[in-house]
Amino acid sequence: MTGAQILIECLKREGVEVIFGYPGGQVLPLFDKLYDSDIKFILVRHEQGAAHAADGYSRATGKTGVCLATSGPGATNLTTGIANAYMDSIPMVAITGQVKSFLIGNDAFQEADVTGITRPITKHNYLVKDIKDLARTVREAFLIASTGRPGPVLIDIPSDVQLQDTEFIWPEEVEIKGYKPTLFGHPGQIKKAAKFIVNAKKPVIYAGGGIITSGAHRELKALAEKIQAPVTWTLMGIGCFPATNELSLGMLGMHGTAYANHAITEADLIIAVGARFDDRVTGRTDTFAPGAKVIHIDIDPSSISKNIRVDIPIVGDAKNILGELLEEIKKKADTSAWLKTIDGWKKKFPLKYKDSAGIIKPQYVIEQLWDLTKGDAIITTEVGQNQMWAAQWYKYIKPRTFLSSGGLGTMGFGFPAAMGAKIGCPEKQVIDIAGDGSIQMNIQELATCVCNKINVKVVILNNGYLGMVRQWQELFYKRRYSGVCITSPDFVKLAESYNAVGMRVTKKEDVRAALEKMLKIENTVFVDFHVEPEENVFPMVPAGEAINKMLEGLA
Amino acid sequence: MKHTISVLVENKFGVLARISGLFSARGYNISSLAVSETLDPSISYMTIVVDTKDEQILEQIKKQLNKLIDVITITDFTKKEHVERELVLAKVNCAQKDKAKLEAVLKKYIAKVIQFKNNVAIIEAVGEQEQIQALLTVVAKFGVKELIRTGKIAIER
Repeated sequence: MTGAQILIECLKREGVEVIFGYPGGQVLPLFDKLYDSDIKFILVRHEQGAAHAADGYSRATGKTGVCLATSGPGATNLTTGIANAYMDSIPMVAITGQVKSFLIGNDAFQEADVTGITRPITKHNYLVKDIKDLARTVREAFLIASTGRPGPVLIDIPSDVQLQDTEFIWPEEVEIKGYKPTLFGHPGQIKKAAKFIVNAKKPVIYAGGGIITSGAHRELKALAEKIQAPVTWTLMGIGCFPATNELSLGMLGMHGTAYANHAITEADLIIAVGARFDDRVTGRTDTFAPGAKVIHIDIDPSSISKNIRVDIPIVGDAKNILGELLEEIKKKADTSAWLKTIDGWKKKFPLKYKDSAGIIKPQYVIEQLWDLTKGDAIITTEVGQNQMWAAQWYKYIKPRTFLSSGGLGTMGFGFPAAMGAKIGCPEKQVIDIAGDGSIQMNIQELATCVCNKINVKVVILNNGYLGMVRQWQELFYKRRYSGVCITSPDFVKLAESYNAVGMRVTKKEDVRAALEKMLKIENTVFVDFHVEPEENVFPMVPAGEAINKMLEGLA
Repeated sequence: MKHTISVLVENKFGVLARISGLFSARGYNISSLAVSETLDPSISYMTIVVDTKDEQILEQIKKQLNKLIDVITITDFTKKEHVERELVLAKVNCAQKDKAKLEAVLKKYIAKVIQFKNNVAIIEAVGEQEQIQALLTVVAKFGVKELIRTGKIAIER
């Protein structure tokens, strides 16, 4: 078989159903073989869209997303999407063409040192110089991408290797000397953790994206209910615990709920699971949970004690460890006084916004969207105020229903990610909550959606600004609005020019009907909501401040 | 404080770049680095000396190194009984008449003259970094024209 045939055969055996990509000179042999294969190929309009679509597909389905680009500019265009997947630990395999192996290093046309460029933003990467290594490399790449702490793996394949011939040998098992993720927690540490949990009077569970990755949401719920501990989550953890449950505290951190931040600050025990104590969560680290012992469960040992000193580290898969903890915990100290205190905070500091009669408030749009879908939809977001409102005001009840760029904060993520999610879950409503700034970063993917009948909905919260930056300038730079006033095209005409559907809403009373109509249309829909231009996201913890020192705005 | 860490890695291209890239990306400094093949040519051995007072940074360095797919094992020699050595080659000014004097100095250390030409002696010294440092202070009196050091290598006792 040729290298190209081997690659496609390997992808099939890895269960790949769809590839997002863009052709070019150095991947022609691959595209030629793709023509005969039954793997679905989605031609995006920019390689960044391919990487985000593969990412969104992966987040929605739990499978490994695959993207494909040519050498040089094709590969460099993928890098933002790869870095995005790396920061959020998303399993992805990125395949790039490379110039012929004898031209590597000669500054050949469309050559770039792609393994060099992507080294810091991949879990691992490969340059396949010998066709005999190809099948094994693909097998290793999928294994590495999807196990342990998942992440993107890149395979760079020179075009002559794609054309060479060799016998196809499928390696059933691959053994990588330096790669043995720890899946089960240390029994002694689990016993110790159980003892801490049993005695805690003011425990808080702090859950992250690791719960979703490991599929540990049932165990998490069982644990929270068994020990009667409130649960707060990170942006990446949204959906890991039903927001409608009475033990739920919502998101914590910079734009988290006041009650989650107070609970963390007053807690005597933090049970951190699959979360990495990002600075957006902890605020000033020396004031984070000052009176609490910390149990940290994570599959990545390097995440433990990186930002916050941990009392009981447990390395392993969250599902296994939570299962073992549940077995270990028989009875539990009474937490009813603690839950009462928290209830008091919930009543005193609820999430709120000042509604108005005429002007559309962005929070209102999202509330209405929740009311219409009742959590039975996949929401993707762009980055900025739209993202934070989507995190605060929609109630997520299931994992893999909130897809957002957490670690890297990539504007332009939501729309192509929605495309990928819809392909992975065609029966689900997939809705991108966007800002007028962010949507313009990958708006070209409208064509991909329409051509492939990818029926996603885009809710644009249009305020005429790069909203989050404007908010910071308002609060910390004396309203000197530098470089944030952004103009937009006529989104309705734009959508129509791509044969999608466009709608514009300027009055509050029309919001609900527009959303209802949007959900019924069997096509890609852009709804341009003209919202209050200077609305802010509250609560807000200024960067580097303690998380219980929130700006309330409306309090 | 200097910490000596040894890293067993797969002998593949790009591994050194991965390791050094990890240090530079996180702003850690490498004091010295020595690399060579092991008895098994598919595996290489790196001895890395890092200078940090912060135990937490040292811990992170080890964990981050462990995370690399090509890294097989890591040994931190800080709390392990071990032998450390470094090799130095130096060109030292030395008139013919002072040769005996130089050789007498070198005798105290694991060092010798390996070539003597035109009033310049090339000397070779092997030892622990403190010994090497002491030797270099003594030799400095002769005048050192050029100096090259391998960086530390270490092995467990």
